[in-house]
Amino acid sequence: MRRTLLLAAALALAATSSAAAANRGLIQEGKTLFGRDCLSCHGANGSGVGPTSRTIGAGPLREQGVLKGLGPSLQGVGALAADFYLRTGYMPLQHVGLQPRRSRVQLSDRQIEALIAYVASLGKGPSIPTPQPQRGNLAQGLHLFTDHCAGCHQIAAEGGYVTGAVPPPLEDDSATQIAEAVRIGPYVMPRFTTKAISNRQLDSIIAYVQYAKHPDDRGGWALGHLGPVPEGLVTWFIAAAALVAVCMVIGKRLKAT
Amino acid sequence: MGREDAKGAAGVIRKLVRFLDQRSGTAPLLRKTLRYLFPDHWSFLLGEVALYAFVVLVATGTYLALFYTDSTHQVVYHGPYAPLRGQEMSQAYRSVVYISTTVKAGLLIRQTHHWAADVFIAAIVLHVLRIFFTGAYRKPREVTYWIGLSILVVALLEGYIGYSLVDDLLSGMGLAIGYGVALSIPFVGANLATLIWDGPFPGAQPFFGRMYIAHVFLIPALLAVLLTAHLGLVALNHHTQFKSTRRETDRKLVGVPLFPGQAPRSLGLFMAVCGVLFLLGGLAQINPIWLWGPYHTYSSTNGAQPDWYLGWLIGALRIMPGWDLVVDGYTLVPNPFWGGVLFPGIVFGFLASWPLVERRVTGDFGYHNVLDRPRDAPWRTAIGMGMLTWVVLIFFAGAADRVDVFFDISYTAQIWFYRGAIWIFPAIVGGIAYRVCIELQRGEVIERDRKQAEQEAAVAAAGSR
Amino acid sequence: MARPRDIVVAAALLAVGRRRPKLQGDREPIVPRGREQPRTELAVVALLLATGLFAAAFIAFYALDRLPNQTQLMGGALGLAFLCLAAALILVGKQLIVTEEIEEDYPVPEHETEQETIAQIVADSGSRITRKRLLKASFGVAGAALGTALVVPAASLGPVIDMNPFYATTWRRGRRLVDENGRPWRASDIEPDDFYTAFPEGADKENVSSPVVLVRLPVSELHLPAENAGYDADGIVAYSKICTHAGCAISLYRTPLFQPDEPKPALVCPCHYSTFDPADGGTVLFGPAGRKLPMLPITADASGFLRAKGTFDEAVGPSWWGVRMRKARPA
Repeated sequence: MRRTLLLAAALALAATSSAAAANRGLIQEGKTLFGRDCLSCHGANGSGVGPTSRTIGAGPLREQGVLKGLGPSLQGVGALAADFYLRTGYMPLQHVGLQPRRSRVQLSDRQIEALIAYVASLGKGPSIPTPQPQRGNLAQGLHLFTDHCAGCHQIAAEGGYVTGAVPPPLEDDSATQIAEAVRIGPYVMPRFTTKAISNRQLDSIIAYVQYAKHPDDRGGWALGHLGPVPEGLVTWFIAAAALVAVCMVIGKRLKAT
Repeated sequence: MGREDAKGAAGVIRKLVRFLDQRSGTAPLLRKTLRYLFPDHWSFLLGEVALYAFVVLVATGTYLALFYTDSTHQVVYHGPYAPLRGQEMSQAYRSVVYISTTVKAGLLIRQTHHWAADVFIAAIVLHVLRIFFTGAYRKPREVTYWIGLSILVVALLEGYIGYSLVDDLLSGMGLAIGYGVALSIPFVGANLATLIWDGPFPGAQPFFGRMYIAHVFLIPALLAVLLTAHLGLVALNHHTQFKSTRRETDRKLVGVPLFPGQAPRSLGLFMAVCGVLFLLGGLAQINPIWLWGPYHTYSSTNGAQPDWYLGWLIGALRIMPGWDLVVDGYTLVPNPFWGGVLFPGIVFGFLASWPLVERRVTGDFGYHNVLDRPRDAPWRTAIGMGMLTWVVLIFFAGAADRVDVFFDISYTAQIWFYRGAIWIFPAIVGGIAYRVCIELQRGEVIERDRKQAEQEAAVAAAGSR
Repeated sequence: MARPRDIVVAAALLAVGRRRPKLQGDREPIVPRGREQPRTELAVVALLLATGLFAAAFIAFYALDRLPNQTQLMGGALGLAFLCLAAALILVGKQLIVTEEIEEDYPVPEHETEQETIAQIVADSGSRITRKRLLKASFGVAGAALGTALVVPAASLGPVIDMNPFYATTWRRGRRLVDENGRPWRASDIEPDDFYTAFPEGADKENVSSPVVLVRLPVSELHLPAENAGYDADGIVAYSKICTHAGCAISLYRTPLFQPDEPKPALVCPCHYSTFDPADGGTVLFGPAGRKLPMLPITADASGFLRAKGTFDEAVGPSWWGVRMRKARPA
């Protein structure tokens, strides 16, 4: 009996230490990748590279030379932020100084995991969230989305504009990425903590966003759920064009005199 | 009258006509009406397209009115559409959700009604463009033209009120803006706005009832009167014509009689308008108000736009710099006035005064029944194209935010571009239009001379043999 | 007694049989005769049958419950029915009916004799009247007065003279800030980089002076103008949520994650993108708004709940002629 217990303890210890060793290996891999792709803007140990002579909040710096090597500290952002920025392709930043955009992810899955592990090791931060949209309430989701999100992202999550930025459409976002973005507040998006939007409320919001990807389009061709602008295009380029064509079939055309 | 011809269809018609004539004496009028002449050109049918769209509007609108509730009384939704369940909304909004989700054929008729409104105004705009660029507004048709412009203004208002009756998030925001524009009228704006809304925004209980009565009764009645006057004057003056052969002159009309020639064509056009509108009504979703949710004064969404025919106004409101004209504490001109009132005022003022201005400047006070082709009046075409460019550019400015989202062109940069372009481009386009007209005219003169020379050569060749 | 065979024969005759229409007696035709188009006739018949089929399909689609895409099927059927009928009529018009081109005189420009006669009739009719101008003036006065009297009840439609409601607000000193469900906001609820909507406790939420937007900025970043000094509650600022341009709700808050590289915090309106600076008393940074955003002075009470210290520093909502002439009035 004692021998079984000792054996079990030894195995557990071995497993943990091998997991820890594997983790240390992953973190080391991540550190190497970090040095290659992220160090120039996020600094050694992810401590951030800030401007030395400008006051905070003075607005965007637009000169390329100054921007090289300007990025926030990553200490304490946790796996949550790293997972979001890497899996959406927001980082590495395509154009320094402009809004991060969803782009093709050029890192492999393993490389992403390595980087996430490294960033998570830089300080205690939130882990990758596990939202449960199937437990959310769709009606509550629409209500919360209207209150907190529709002003920027449009009521059907088709994206929009705010002075100086383009809140993107949400159709490509997974449930996890939505949860992450809500907690981070990337670029100029507000940051909603669990006090402002609880996890249960977030489930409802994500349920609504998922619904908005294929909402009830019982009226027919949805025209992108954008409202009167595409409706006007259809009015002129389909309806008016067709009716003018009918008129030209019925009536005479002027011949050259 | 012999009964020997009473066989067959001809007999039935004869009996019917006899019945009518004996009881009303209208056989001469009927004969004149049947043989009323329509000069033939496809662009003369655009007004008819608008008329038939109006008929569809009245028919579908009557159906909708039988289901709509014009009350802002707040209720909680417990219907079949899940994302709205448990939400607070007005009875008006709920009745339209009900029409869209529960009433059989309700959504089809609602969407047909909305598409018909969009197409109605598009057809009127095309029709006005044809009238302007062919000089059809000249004596004796100025009054017809002014009535037509009134129909356009009333139609814009009717459409705006119509989609605002739904009390959804998008149209509610639009109503707030309408209120802001009304407020911005110097001296009387606030008084006028509170008169219409029965108090400050969002208005007291009677306001939705007012919009409803205006939309289903007052304005349609007004439109019916204006349309009758418009069509009556067209009939009394007879339709204008192009000079396509030597026969057409200012004194002689050449056309197709109403019966038998024009009737099937017009009826066919009517059926085509109905067909296009019902196809769109069933196949293309328009104003899916269940997706937008109900309106509250404290709610808004990104990307809210008015229906297309008010897009020129949102463009003007957006590109206008933030100038409130304040004189000694008195806000003489609040900002929305420039884009929301002055701009459309200038456009309609230009259109309405144009017949008088043109004849004063050209000195042409005569009667005209023959139309100009655009190239025959280069100044008119150039100025008209310039004004059109001005309005269209401002219209495009209203969608600059969508352009930024789709094409990644900075919104603020676009606004600055439009602020300059709306003054420069009209002059350029007007200049180009003028040159094109002149060149086309010159080309025709050369062509005519060439044909004449060929004829003379052929005659000379035949004579010398 | 019609047997099936007879019906088939009759239908076939109907389809195939043709009869040239008879002339009415020996008279000259008023409408000229035109060429026959037998193939077009069949095409028109086919189109009319198609119309009937589509119309019947519409009725069927309408009657069937729980049909998926019912709106599309009904619209498609009805639309196609109309289009087939349109095609049939247009074919009739172009090929089965003679399109005459007739000449006619336009109506005369004017009838000068009649105009003269009318003018004279009216002039002659006044032969018994000696005080024409006085009578005309009296009728004018009567008409104008009566007309005005008939129009006056329109003033009941709304408050026309009394402008006080424009300055009235639902806020007053001591009123608590609550959320949409009536739950009071605590200062500790308001976190940085987020925005919140608040209403006066117990007031009508739809009143334009009710909704305010709350944001928390670092106190070091606040540079409120002198007239708004002390309006914040330790960095929490409250502004009217109703845009001063045309009245939409300001539901956009731009807040940078990494300030050296990103635009500074701003409240933005989605209608025409008027942009306001919450750190500066609500001044306009961009857009067509002509007036800054009204600011509500707030404070945290002893229990930590947020309360208004008074009402807004200026009138709320879109500008009108008197918006700058008086201050906002508390509830």
